[in-house]
Amino acid sequence: MSVQDIVKRCETLFEDLEFNAVKQWKAAHPGAKAIGYMPIYVPREIVHAAGMLPVGIFGGGDQLEVIQGDAYYQSYICRIPRSTIELGLTGKLDCLDGMLFPSICDVIRNLSGMWQIMFKDKYVKYFDLPQNYDDSTGGAFYVHEMQTLCGDLEKISNRKITDDDLRRSIAVYNENRRAIRELYAYRAQKPWQAPTSEVYLVLRAGAVLPPEEHTVLVRQYIGETDKEKRPQRDNARVVLTGSFCEQPPLGLIKSIEMAGCYVVDDDFQLCQSMLLDDVSLEKDPLQALSEAFLHRSAQTSSKYDEKKEDKGRHLLRQVKTRGAEGVIFAAASFCDPALLERPMLLEILAKHKVPYTAFKYAENTGQMAPIREQTGTFADSIKLWSAA
Amino acid sequence: MKTFIGIDLGSTTTKAVVMDERQTVLGRGITNSRSNYDTAATIAKQEALVAARFFLFRKTLSGAVDGDLDGFLAQLERDFRLEQYLEQLADLEQVCERNVATAKFGDAAAGVAAALKTLFSLLQKEAPALFAPGARRKSDFFRDIAGAQYLALGEQVAKDASVRYDMLLNVFDRSIIEVENRVYDASIKTHLLAALERAFVALPHTRAFSERIRKPIQSVLDTDMDETYVVGTGYGRARLPFSKEHIRSEILCHGLGAHVMYPDTATVLDIGGQDTKAIQVDRQGIVESFQMNDRCAAGCGRYLGYIADEMNMGLHELGPLAMKATKTVRINSTCTVFAGAELRDRLALGEKREDIMAGLHRAIVLRAMSILARSGGIRNEFTFTGGVAKNEAAVKALTDLVRENYGEMTLNINPDSIYTGALGAATFAWRAVMEEGKTAEAREKVAA
Amino acid sequence: MNTKTAAKKEVVKEDAMWLQKEMINRNYHEVATAREAGRKVSATFVPGNLNELLMCFDFARRLPETDALQNGLRKKSGKMIMDAERDGHSEDVCTYVKSDLGMMLQGQVGPTGEPMPHPDLLLLSYTGCFTFMKWFELVRQKYDCETVMLHVPYQGDGKISPAMRDYVVKQLKEKVIPTCERISGVKFDIDRLREYMKESVKAEENLVRVLQSAKHRPSPIDGYFGAVYYIGPMFTAFRGVADATRYYEVLWSEVEARIKEGKGPVTPEGDHPGEKYRLVVEGPPNWTSFRDFWKMFYDEGAVVVASTYSKVGGVYDFGFRHDASRPLESLAEYCLGCYTNLNFPQRIDMICRYMDEYQADGLLINSIKSCNSFSAGQLLILREVEKRTGKPAAFVESDLVDPRYFSAANIKNRLESYFQMIKQKRMAVAA
Repeated sequence: MSVQDIVKRCETLFEDLEFNAVKQWKAAHPGAKAIGYMPIYVPREIVHAAGMLPVGIFGGGDQLEVIQGDAYYQSYICRIPRSTIELGLTGKLDCLDGMLFPSICDVIRNLSGMWQIMFKDKYVKYFDLPQNYDDSTGGAFYVHEMQTLCGDLEKISNRKITDDDLRRSIAVYNENRRAIRELYAYRAQKPWQAPTSEVYLVLRAGAVLPPEEHTVLVRQYIGETDKEKRPQRDNARVVLTGSFCEQPPLGLIKSIEMAGCYVVDDDFQLCQSMLLDDVSLEKDPLQALSEAFLHRSAQTSSKYDEKKEDKGRHLLRQVKTRGAEGVIFAAASFCDPALLERPMLLEILAKHKVPYTAFKYAENTGQMAPIREQTGTFADSIKLWSAA
Repeated sequence: MKTFIGIDLGSTTTKAVVMDERQTVLGRGITNSRSNYDTAATIAKQEALVAARFFLFRKTLSGAVDGDLDGFLAQLERDFRLEQYLEQLADLEQVCERNVATAKFGDAAAGVAAALKTLFSLLQKEAPALFAPGARRKSDFFRDIAGAQYLALGEQVAKDASVRYDMLLNVFDRSIIEVENRVYDASIKTHLLAALERAFVALPHTRAFSERIRKPIQSVLDTDMDETYVVGTGYGRARLPFSKEHIRSEILCHGLGAHVMYPDTATVLDIGGQDTKAIQVDRQGIVESFQMNDRCAAGCGRYLGYIADEMNMGLHELGPLAMKATKTVRINSTCTVFAGAELRDRLALGEKREDIMAGLHRAIVLRAMSILARSGGIRNEFTFTGGVAKNEAAVKALTDLVRENYGEMTLNINPDSIYTGALGAATFAWRAVMEEGKTAEAREKVAA
Repeated sequence: MNTKTAAKKEVVKEDAMWLQKEMINRNYHEVATAREAGRKVSATFVPGNLNELLMCFDFARRLPETDALQNGLRKKSGKMIMDAERDGHSEDVCTYVKSDLGMMLQGQVGPTGEPMPHPDLLLLSYTGCFTFMKWFELVRQKYDCETVMLHVPYQGDGKISPAMRDYVVKQLKEKVIPTCERISGVKFDIDRLREYMKESVKAEENLVRVLQSAKHRPSPIDGYFGAVYYIGPMFTAFRGVADATRYYEVLWSEVEARIKEGKGPVTPEGDHPGEKYRLVVEGPPNWTSFRDFWKMFYDEGAVVVASTYSKVGGVYDFGFRHDASRPLESLAEYCLGCYTNLNFPQRIDMICRYMDEYQADGLLINSIKSCNSFSAGQLLILREVEKRTGKPAAFVESDLVDPRYFSAANIKNRLESYFQMIKQKRMAVAA
C-alpha cells in the first residue's frame, strides 16, 4: 500500500460516522462487544482483555449537522456533547454496547448521567481517574475503579478476565504505544515527510481499529512515507496543545500547516500516548496500570499537578525534545479544562521565552481564514525574530 | 357594538386586532413602533378600528353597488388615506414653519421658510398621485411616505431657491416626530365622509347609487364601537401602556393567536426581528412549554437585513435568489456580527451567491430547529410565523428538515402572521369578558 | 420581629438575618486581622467544606466562592471580572474564578472593605466541580500558596461505595490533616473535631426544619432567595460554631412564629403579597441582580418552596447528619453527598421528590452560564421532570456574578409567560 492508500483508508475510517469498521469487527467476532470511550484517557487494556473492542468517540466532527443534540445543551457549552448525543440519537452508536466517560470535566461528567437516562439498555460507566498520586491512596482507589470496570465487563461478556488476559492486552497496547512514539519521533525529525493532516488521520484510525491492526498501520505509514521524497519547506516548528477533547476540523489542521507551521507535537489523541512508556508486565496488571498512570503519564489539564513547579513541565519538555520554536494553544470554545489552564501555561512559556499564540475553535468551525492569518503571522514572527 | 381589542407592541411595528362578540376579526391595524408607546398603541388601534369600519361598510353595502363593490371600497380607502395624509401634511407644514423660526439658520431663515412653502405646495399637489390606483409605495407609514417625497422634491426646490438642502432636511427631522406622534382619531369620520365624496368623483358611475351608499355608510360611522376590553402585549419595555390586568405575555398571545388561526396547531415557531420563539400549545391554545433565543439575534430578521445590505439587495429578494441554488454551501454560523465577513469570505472562495444564500437559509432554520427541539420538538400541526415565514427559501429549508427529522407534517403559514400576537391578545380580551366574566371597561364617549 | 414598614423604603430583615450579617462581617474582620493575631488563613470550597476540621487548626477561614458572591451582591464583581479578563482569562470560564482573581489583582480588598491576606493553605476540596481544581492551581501559581488536594470522587452510579469513602478518609489522614498541622502548627485532636461535629448536628436539625417548613401552605419561607441567607452559616465558616447553632435556633423560632400566624415569607419589601404560585428552582441564583430577580417572583405572588442550590454545600434534608462517632468517615460522606456531586438521575429524583412533597406548581431552571457543573444537561432535567411530574417547567438564563449576562427584560418576559401559563392551565382545569 502506498502512503496515499494508507491515508485514504484512514480518511475513510475518520469520515465514517456509521462506524462500519466497528460493525465489521463485530460481524467477524460474533458475540463480541464494543465499548465506546470518550476523551481523554481510559485504560483500554481492560476492555481489550475482556475480548471487546474499545472505540474512541470524539463527537461528530464538522460533517455532522446537530439537530436533536442541540435540544440538550445551552449555547455556552462546547459542541462535543451535543454531537455525541446526536450520534447516539440517530442510531450511529447502536453498534456500541456501552460507553465509558472518563473524569475530564463537568460537561462530560454530566453526560454520563444523561446517557444512563437516555440509553437505558447500554452499559454506562463514569470512570473516575485519581487526582492523588500515592500508590496506596489514589492508586488503591484507581485499582478499585479498574476492578469495578473488570467486573462490569465480565458480567456483560459472561467470561472472566484473568491476569494473563490483562497482561496480554497490556503487551498489545505497549506495542501500540511504542509505534505511536515512533511515529511522533519520526514526524518531529522529518515533519515534511509526515504532515500532521495525515498523521492525525492515522491516529484517528486507532479509535476504531483493533490495536493490533493499528500498530501495523502506524508502522506501515512511517515506512511508506519514508520512501517518498516530499518537499521540504521553511516552516516554523510548533507544538499544538489544548485540543485534547473536542477535536478541531481536519481543515483547521491543514490550515495551520498551510500557514507555515510544522506541528511537531500535539495532544489530539491523548488516550494513545497518555502513558509515556511501557507498562510493566511483571507485577499485578491492574497495579501496573495504576503505577503507570500515577507516575509515568502525560500532564494534561484534567489531571491535578501536585506541585506548583510541575505545571507546564510536560509542555516545556515537549518543546525541548521536539525542537519546537513555539507553541500554538488551540482550545475548543467553552472548554473549561483548556481555557482555565491556558493562562498558567502561557505564563510559563513566557517565562521560558517560548513564543506562543492562542485561539479557539469549534469542531465545526468553517472559517479558516482568520486562523490562517493568525497562525501565519505567528510562524513569520518566529522565523523573523527568534534566535537562529 | 362590543369590540375586543388586542395590541402587540413589537420592536419594529405595533399591531392591533379588533374582533366582535362572535370572535369575528373585524379589522387589523399596524404602525411603526416609536418612542412613545401610548401613541403607537393608540394609532395601531385606530387603524384597526378604521379597518373594522371598512369591514362593516362591506357588509352593509353588499348589493347596494351594482358591479364592483371591492373596487369601490378600495377607492374609498385610497381616498381616506389621501385625506389623512393631507391633514398630516398640513400639520407637518405648520410644525416645520414653527421650527424654522427656532432653527438658528440666521440670515438663511427667510429663504428656507419660502422654500418650505414651495415644497409643501408641491407635496400637496402630488399627494393624490401617491394614492392613485396601482400606486406603489414602499411603506404605508406617514413618516416614510412624506419623508421620501420630501427628500425627492426637496433637492430641486432647494436648488431653485438657492437654499441649503441640508437645512430643509434638518427642519423635516426636527418636525416629523411631533406630527408622527399626533393622534387623529377625531378626524376619522370627517375623513371618511370627505373620501366618500372623492370616491364619487373618481368613480362617476357610483354617483348614481350615492343615496343607497350614503345612508349605510353613515349608519356604520354612527355605530358606537365600544372598546369593551383591551389586552396588550409586547416585551422589552420598561412599561406597557396598560394596567397589569390587561397585559398578557407575548408568548401566550402568540400561542393563542396561532391556535385561533389554526385550531389544530400544536407547535408554533416564530422567527422575529430579534428573537426566535418555539411554543407548544394545547388544544385550547394555552402554552404548554416554550423556549426562546432572545440573547442573540443570529438567524433572525435583523440578520437577514444585514445580509441583504451586504449583497445590495432587497430583503424580499433573498429567498428567490436562494431558490436558484444548485448546491448548498455549508454555513456554520449565523452570527449577525460576522455576517458580512462570512459572506465576503465565501464569495472570495468562489462560491456562487445563490448557493451561499441557500446555505444561509439552511443555517437559519437549523438554529430554529435547535430551539424547537429544546421546547419539546415539533408536533403536528406546525405553524410558522414571523417575517421570515414569508421567505420561500426558509420555508423550503424548514419543510425539508422537518420531514427528515420528524416525518410528514402539516405546515401552516399565514401571510398575515405578523398579527398573530395581536390576534391572541384580542382573543384573551374576548375570553376575559365572555368566559371569565370580567367587567367591560367603562369608556368615556369621545365626541365624533 | 422587625417592624420596619415598606413605606419607609428600607430593606426589611428578620432578627436572624441581622445575626447572620454580623457573623459574616465578624469573620471577614477575623480574616483581615489574622496575621496580627498570629493565625493562619485557610481557603476552601462550599461543596466539601470541612469547616469543623479546619477549626481544629485555628485557621481563619475564607471561602472564595462567598467572597465572589458577596462582591456580586455589592455590584463590585463586574469590574473584577473585566480586570481578570484583561489579565488573560477567557470570557468562557467561571465568573467566580475571574471575580476572585480580579479581586486579588487589585489588592484583595474584601467585600467589607478590609484587605484580606493571601491564604496560607488552599484546601482544594475537589467536590462536585472541575473548575475548583483550576481555581486553586491559578491562585497557587500566582501567589505561591500551599495547596492540598482532597479528591472527592463523583457518585457516577448514584451511590457512595466503601472504596470512595475509604479513599477520602485516607487522603484526610495522610495528606490533609498532616498538611494542616504543618502549616498551622497545631496538633490534630480528633476529640476536638468530634465536639465541633456534635455542635454541627444541632444546627443541621434546625436548618432542615426551616427548609421543610415550606411544605406548609402558605410557605413561611422562600426556599431559594430566602434560603440563600439560611444556608449561609451552615455552608461557610460557621458550621460547628456555637454562634451558628444559636442563629439556627433563632431562625427556626422566627419561622415557627410565621407558620403559626399563617404568614408567607419576608421579602426585602416586607411581607410577601400572597402565595399564588409554588415553585421548585434548580440552579444557583444570580447575585448581581439578586434583588431585582427576587422581585420578579414576589411581584407575581410566586414563592419558591424548595431549591437544589440550597443543598450545594451539603444535603441535610434526606437524613444525613455529621456523625461524631465516626468523624473522618462522616466528613467523607458529607463531601460525597453534596448536591453537585450527585449524578444526574439522583438530581432528577431530588427535584421530582421536592415537586411532590412541597406541592409545587412547577419547576424553574435558572441556567447559569458560568457553571457547567449545574448547567450542562439542565435541558434534559427540564424534560425529565416535566415527563415524570406532569407539571410545567420554565427555563431562564443568567450568570453568577457577571452583570453583563443578566438581561432583566428577557428574564421577566420568560417568567411572566410561565406564571401566566400556569394560571391559564389552572383555569382550564377548573372549567
